[in-house]
Amino acid sequence: MTIERQTVKDQLLRYYHQMVLIREFEGESYRQYMQKNIRGFLHAYSGQEAVAVGVIGELDDRDYVISHYRDHGHAIAKKVEVNRIMAELFGKSTGTSRGKGGSMHLFDVAKRFMGGHAIVAGQIPIAVGLSLAAKEIDREAIVVCFLGDGAIQEGEFHESMNLASIWKLPLLFVIENNLYGMGADIAQTLAIHDEIYKIANGYRMASAKVDGMDLFEVQEAAQKAIGLIRAREGPYLLEAQTYRFRGHSISDPANYRPDIEVSYWMSRDPIKLLQSRLIKENIASQEDLDEIHKLVESEIVEAVDFAEKSPFPNPDELYRNVIADSGE
Amino acid sequence: MTEMNYRDAMNRALREALDENENAYVMGEDIGPYGGTYAVTRGLYDEYGPSRIKDTPLSESVIVGTGIGSAILGMRPIVEIMTINFSLLAMDQIVNHAAKLRYMSAGQIEIPLIIRMVTGGGAQLGATHSQNFEGWYASVPGLTVVAPATPYDALGLFRTSRSMRDPVIFIEHAMLYSVRGDVPEEHYMVPIGKADVKKSGEDVTIVSHSRMANVAMAAAQELGEIGISAEIVDLRSLRPLDMDTVMKSVEKTHNVIVLEETWKTGGFGGEIASQIVELGFNFLDSPIMRIGGEDVPAPYTYVLEGLAFPDAERVIKGARSLLGR
Repeated sequence: MTIERQTVKDQLLRYYHQMVLIREFEGESYRQYMQKNIRGFLHAYSGQEAVAVGVIGELDDRDYVISHYRDHGHAIAKKVEVNRIMAELFGKSTGTSRGKGGSMHLFDVAKRFMGGHAIVAGQIPIAVGLSLAAKEIDREAIVVCFLGDGAIQEGEFHESMNLASIWKLPLLFVIENNLYGMGADIAQTLAIHDEIYKIANGYRMASAKVDGMDLFEVQEAAQKAIGLIRAREGPYLLEAQTYRFRGHSISDPANYRPDIEVSYWMSRDPIKLLQSRLIKENIASQEDLDEIHKLVESEIVEAVDFAEKSPFPNPDELYRNVIADSGE
Repeated sequence: MTEMNYRDAMNRALREALDENENAYVMGEDIGPYGGTYAVTRGLYDEYGPSRIKDTPLSESVIVGTGIGSAILGMRPIVEIMTINFSLLAMDQIVNHAAKLRYMSAGQIEIPLIIRMVTGGGAQLGATHSQNFEGWYASVPGLTVVAPATPYDALGLFRTSRSMRDPVIFIEHAMLYSVRGDVPEEHYMVPIGKADVKKSGEDVTIVSHSRMANVAMAAAQELGEIGISAEIVDLRSLRPLDMDTVMKSVEKTHNVIVLEETWKTGGFGGEIASQIVELGFNFLDSPIMRIGGEDVPAPYTYVLEGLAFPDAERVIKGARSLLGR
């Protein structure tokens, strides 16, 4: 095997590992929810893994990612430790926000993962500000803002598109179009639901649509977009067509989706697609993949163990970080 | 000492911010070549240029969001929301984001952001342009709400706001911009969370903020002429709220008027009155009197608008009836 081929293999297996880790993390979080170790809202990223992993994989560590309430996948792809994410979901003091954020509000600023924002579209204006700072003082960095098809329906999205374009900010908007804003079919809620990426035309912004179930396609599209952004060509909008394998949240059985639609998208499972491609093209063996599944299994066991054994925050944590504490 | 008006004090405050930190910038609607709706940013665009004085689209939400995001990464944004009425369009960014991110990230995120907004009625601008929402913001943990009534306090409180590591809602009153006052040449700061006893008195405490502090001062002068000695407490900030100073005054005068410009229903004066009762019911010789705006949308014509907002005459009448004199 040549060095290049080995590098490609390593990278693809890393991405495969991340995708499986996200999938299994979400499965486990559902189980832990049933056992009441996790409470509140819980939104699984299952089915959309190729989008987070494909886009974030093209970034450097110095780049910033900001996300919405379905944020576990982006956090894991940005290398936030799963132990700390699981602990946050358990509400423990070892969690990313010491149990004060929860599933929808994950933050790891050291990893440049800038949240987890649970008001639909609320993260988008903040992404504009992050990218302004990236343009003016943190010049090596760019910003990726993930949003869903529902967020496009909010005014904050349009305000942000306009300003980002006028100021030529180094910002990549990634729309994860999973066809439903909560339970509403976007055909009922978005005038341009079948060509969302064309919204960018109205803001003189470059854009493209990509198959969000295919890691290779996402990678390629992200690479192109990020290249343009780094060349200071201004912001870019990438629409990734994807699908939620679970309901909107754990309390949603998703009865509003036709079976035939669900089974079609399940047949396009991004992990299985990647798996068959890796095998077919002789990039990896079944043993390589089995090993990754085994590794993920042990990582999940460890994450649950870590979360279970961690203490809850002390009562005085209630009053910390409202505004800058003395000594903070 | 130099005498200057409130507008010029704010202009000076902004210049200092820009001069003292290269990462500071001012952003808002028509603050550039136009000079700002209330002319506070006049001259800044020519002097500092478009990268420091950023004109924005009419998009309050993204203006505040951009302030938040850039503050997180080390810039020092000073955002102008043209009037507090328009800030409702940015309420999501202010309340759901600026006020929450430090807490939700357990201190990983810090937002040193100043959001200036113009409050108040009295200029015949009608119901949509004559409101006071600073009390709403003051109910939100994570925000600091400052409301200077004089040029001295405007400059001094702005300097202190710049040293804060959290979002500050900086409330300026439309009818105060032409008010003049002494401002020292030498550097000074005004602490946030410290009320100002603008006039000492014995008979009744009048608690207020922003333009109403000046209305209270005018009323106190006339009350003095009829032998009623009023003590005027200008809160200067609504969060943090300096109840120590208020209670010291109540302990002395035993009678209180809580005066505010906005509607009494749900007004911040209700919070102050209830805290006075909680902290010092026994000091009171009379029920707390609240004077506020009438419970109506602000009308346009001055004949009606004058009836909608409190004025010195109403405060005098209130004090006389409270004290039975």
